[in-house]
Amino acid sequence: MTIALEQAGTKRVMRDATAWERLKTNREWLSLWFMLPAAAFLILFLAYPLGLGVWLSFTDARIGRSGVFVGLENYEWLWDDSTFWLSVFNTLLYTTVASTIKFAVGLYLALLLNEKLPFKAILRALVLVPFIVPTVLSAIAFWWLFDPQFSIISWSLKKMGLITANIDFLGDIWNARWSVIFANIWRGVPFVAITLLAGLQTVSPSLYEAATIDGATPWQRFRFITYPLLTPIIAVVMTFSVLFTFTDFQLIWVMTRGGPVNATHLMATLSYQRAILGGQLGEGAAISTAMIPFLLAAILVSWFGLQRRKWQQGESND
Amino acid sequence: MNNFTRRTLVKGGTAAVAAGALTGPALLEWAKAWAQNAPWKPEKNAKLSMLRWKYFVQSEDDAFVKLIEAFTAATGVKVDISRESYEDVQPKASVAANTGTGPDLFWGLYSLPHLFPQKCVDVTDVADYLGKKYGGWVPSAVTYGKSGNKWIAIPICYSGNMINYRIEASTKAGFSKVPDKTDGFLEYAKAMKKNNTPGGFALGHASGDGNGWVHWCLWSHGGNTVDKDDKVILNSPETAKALEYAKALYAEMIPGVASWNDASNNKAFLAGEINWTDNGISIYVAAKKDPSKKQIAEDMDHSYWPVGPIGKPTELHLMYPAMAMTYTKYPQACKALLAFMLEADNFNPWIQSAQGYLTHCLNAYDKNPIWTADPKNTVFGQAAKRTLTAGGLGSVGEKAATAIADFVVLDMFANYCTGREDVKGSIAIAERQLKRIYR
Repeated sequence: MTIALEQAGTKRVMRDATAWERLKTNREWLSLWFMLPAAAFLILFLAYPLGLGVWLSFTDARIGRSGVFVGLENYEWLWDDSTFWLSVFNTLLYTTVASTIKFAVGLYLALLLNEKLPFKAILRALVLVPFIVPTVLSAIAFWWLFDPQFSIISWSLKKMGLITANIDFLGDIWNARWSVIFANIWRGVPFVAITLLAGLQTVSPSLYEAATIDGATPWQRFRFITYPLLTPIIAVVMTFSVLFTFTDFQLIWVMTRGGPVNATHLMATLSYQRAILGGQLGEGAAISTAMIPFLLAAILVSWFGLQRRKWQQGESND
Repeated sequence: MNNFTRRTLVKGGTAAVAAGALTGPALLEWAKAWAQNAPWKPEKNAKLSMLRWKYFVQSEDDAFVKLIEAFTAATGVKVDISRESYEDVQPKASVAANTGTGPDLFWGLYSLPHLFPQKCVDVTDVADYLGKKYGGWVPSAVTYGKSGNKWIAIPICYSGNMINYRIEASTKAGFSKVPDKTDGFLEYAKAMKKNNTPGGFALGHASGDGNGWVHWCLWSHGGNTVDKDDKVILNSPETAKALEYAKALYAEMIPGVASWNDASNNKAFLAGEINWTDNGISIYVAAKKDPSKKQIAEDMDHSYWPVGPIGKPTELHLMYPAMAMTYTKYPQACKALLAFMLEADNFNPWIQSAQGYLTHCLNAYDKNPIWTADPKNTVFGQAAKRTLTAGGLGSVGEKAATAIADFVVLDMFANYCTGREDVKGSIAIAERQLKRIYR
């Protein structure tokens, strides 16, 4: 690059740009500096704690004193710990059931809301409310709804004569599991629904018109137009939904604290109980780190399964 | 009063133990004199912050605030009090210990100071001073407060957890009072259930009520988590007997106890859904205060825990130690505050304002009028003397604290009572966890 210097009355002199001037206008150099604040933020608050957590899982750190490196001892012990495997089972059960139902109900809601309805805007806002209410508040409300002695559900059913004794929602192992799954679904459906609705709106109506002209049934329209075009959105929203459900803490902690007899302990809540309440930071960190393979698997499934079609990447279809 | 010398202070101190409060300006005068004579002179420009457990009884907190104000007026040290739910004090204290910053003083639960003993200021001088002045510490307080040869915390008070029961329902079932032996208690529970007036103990992760009854059950049958050398001895026929007893008792309880936390039994008792449970005095206090529950207040009473085959009381009551952290800039001010809290003129009115919720652990305070004002309060006055320490026969240290916080014993009982595991299985899981904790 050359720079032309203008001086009054003299001939133009061309000279090569200095290294500094080249650097000043180099795109990559500038973009590095522009990204630096965001990168620093992410590294400090995401990457560093993650790295520290993984490191802690290889030590025997306790709250109040640092630990020494112990290699895989925490993991070896967890391998034989039945409570840990119970929490893994609970987490997988919780995530798969809740995410599947959230997807089904969310998709159905999105399809409904996409139709021409009266009061569409208000309906959409109402649908979003469960997601916006702070989790702890809705968890406390569900905790009251599912109280073994004072549940309004038990009371109503008793008044209607359908049952004679209170339902033990949170004291029976499987009842507790279904109760927290239900609370999670109630909370999470709006997120899926609204995001899928946004995706539905990007589907060009001309595709539907062409299909209708060709004689497609509503189901065929859904299967051949709506669903394939939605897959990128589904991939994104389900990845988020699975991630958030898998690492759920607030709902479980407020409603059952992981009980009864650890039947609703997720890996996140067990990790908290062992690490912060019990003081065994190394072991708790190991439980948290054990979540990473599952989460990675979920992301990879979503990426490879749903996002790799050529036409989604901008190339033409095979 | 214009002649406050050390002599008048000592005379006044011992008399005031039985009498109760100095208030208002008299308290201030006393506090100023105390500050002049106390062996701990706060540092210049000292400012303290203390994190304490949230009050159970409003009047207790009000009295405590007055106490702090007197301390500030006397010594010039401002104290900033923050309150957390008592289960949350431990995580906060742990984080502060780990990071080296935070409140100067923590007032928490059980063996909190033993989670990080090296981070606690040595308060042996305060403990010796108070012990000498007020008739000595109860044995469990000494165990809780000391780590090795030095005191790392001052046991301020205990929170008694006793049997609460409804008198009329019990009489109808054939019992004029709660039986004092475990076998009798099981019969009591059976009879109450037959009359459709059952009770319940928490089997969920209730750190106060749940831990209280399962440890009583385990210890009263001779079971123990560890021996005095911290060797795990949970796997024993005595533990199995305790588990069988608990399962028999569970069958006579109202359904749903496996999901109970510390507040659940309060709610259920006050709604008349259960007729016996274990709790502090909070149910009685709440019933007295609420005009619609007056009938429950009149119809209920408290009793000691039944004694098991082992032959002596084996109760577990909550203890609230206060400790100063080594990162504090004002250790002398901290010690002065700790000593001030337990001086008779402060402690007596404060214990009274707690309405029986809190129990003393210095023997001189046996004479506090709260224990005789209402006969239903009396059993709580003995909480500190009857309790065993967390960890049972073993050390009161971070291992015992971890075992309690991780609900090892509670889960063992819950696993067997709800039928999730058989006897061997429940013991095996708990034993494995204990071996790991106590390694």
